[in-house]
Amino acid sequence: MRKSDLFILYLGTLSGLLLLSLVDAGNRSHLATQQLAETRREVRALELTDLSLFTEARYTRHLSQSDRHTPFQDHPLALEHFPSGSLVAPPTLLRSGR
Amino acid sequence: MKAFIRKQRYLIDFTLSSLLRRPGKNLGLLVVYSLIVFLLASVMLFTHALRSEARLVLADSPEIILQRMVAGRHDLIPGSYLEKMGRIRGVIGKHGRLWGYFYDPAVQANYTLMVPRDRQLAEDEAVIGAAIARTRGVSRGDFLTFRSTDGNAYSFRVSAILASDSELVSADLILVSEQRFRTFFGIPEGYYTDLVLNVRNPKELRKVAEKLTLRLPDTRPILRDEILRTYDAIFNWRQGIVFVLLTGTILAFVIFAWDKASGLSAEERREIGILKAIGWETSDVIRMKFWEGAIISLSAFLLGYLTAYGHVFYANAGLFEPVLKGWSVLYPEFRLTPFIDGLQLATLFFFTVFPYTVATIVPIWRAAITDPDTVMR
Repeated sequence: MRKSDLFILYLGTLSGLLLLSLVDAGNRSHLATQQLAETRREVRALELTDLSLFTEARYTRHLSQSDRHTPFQDHPLALEHFPSGSLVAPPTLLRSGR
Repeated sequence: MKAFIRKQRYLIDFTLSSLLRRPGKNLGLLVVYSLIVFLLASVMLFTHALRSEARLVLADSPEIILQRMVAGRHDLIPGSYLEKMGRIRGVIGKHGRLWGYFYDPAVQANYTLMVPRDRQLAEDEAVIGAAIARTRGVSRGDFLTFRSTDGNAYSFRVSAILASDSELVSADLILVSEQRFRTFFGIPEGYYTDLVLNVRNPKELRKVAEKLTLRLPDTRPILRDEILRTYDAIFNWRQGIVFVLLTGTILAFVIFAWDKASGLSAEERREIGILKAIGWETSDVIRMKFWEGAIISLSAFLLGYLTAYGHVFYANAGLFEPVLKGWSVLYPEFRLTPFIDGLQLATLFFFTVFPYTVATIVPIWRAAITDPDTVMR
């Protein structure tokens, strides 16, 4: 077999896998519809507002509900030190550079 | 057309042989290149999937949440505020919500205690999130005992465990009865953590919020849009932070790849000279080098993207878990639903394949238009 044939086969396989990943993504998101609907139902029934991704501190658990200054609630110099705090974007005003 | 294809195949044959003459160098480049694409694609796929999932599941969160602020802090809100706000056009329902945090020293984790409105629970009964059940090693029928603010210990019988499918929103939840919640936290009757307002028409949300701040100046309304925007901003910001952290690596790679692609070694220069001397045209040399760039960059893109897909959607993004987890004891076990943004994929393709291929062609073109005799000397 020529090297170019092998290369075309190799590239074809990888491209096929890429297409397969797109099909798989579509398929899995279709299969997850039921589960997502269930989660949405729970969010609606329990009136939830946030993802339970950052449970380490009480002010990172409900990011949409907490105040900007909550990390400093223990005392004014209680600097924010939880890792997930660094993942939260600063206020828009600061980011706009004004 | 047939002749063209045949010519390209010969060129590929030649290019592959040329690449295989320096296997260590080219394989090393391919591995590093693929690794960079893998990192970029992983961050991209992960944040996009998480952002899409957050947007989807939180789309049913309450339309308006009203918090009372005292000296700039979130405080309990009296139930009388429900009457005080009066009748607001567009609001079809309003009620108080009871929830709070409890730090469990036994496992050093924060729980979210909540009073559900969709079910009636007995006073000693509790429904817990799957992550709590896992961390505390409890199952249905077991008891959980917590010490309350008044120093008394209260036992809760676990009557059910919330579905693990919805762990992303309920991992640390403990649902208890209203009576027990009030006794446990010492919250007097008639007070709530916040108020929930249901508004039928989303276009009226802003107007309702305006009216609320006028009628109840010590309160802060949080709209559903703001909740969704918070998560959009978090994941954009985080993706940005990871990209900034990766900048050093990417720049190092760019220098390495640029040097490899654009700087011709004496050996390569001689090779071009020989090719031209035996009758290759400038366009053939450029085509050959185009194939060299394309073979490496296309392979790196495909290998990097495919491993990133496997990492994010089949290995639960194991590399990112420590970053997200932070110091959380309770962390949801969830499998992300793949949401792929075609534009993002195209951008990744463009920025990984195109620059490298161009970088290989330009210096070759310069070398190829010079006299073979000069190049070979």
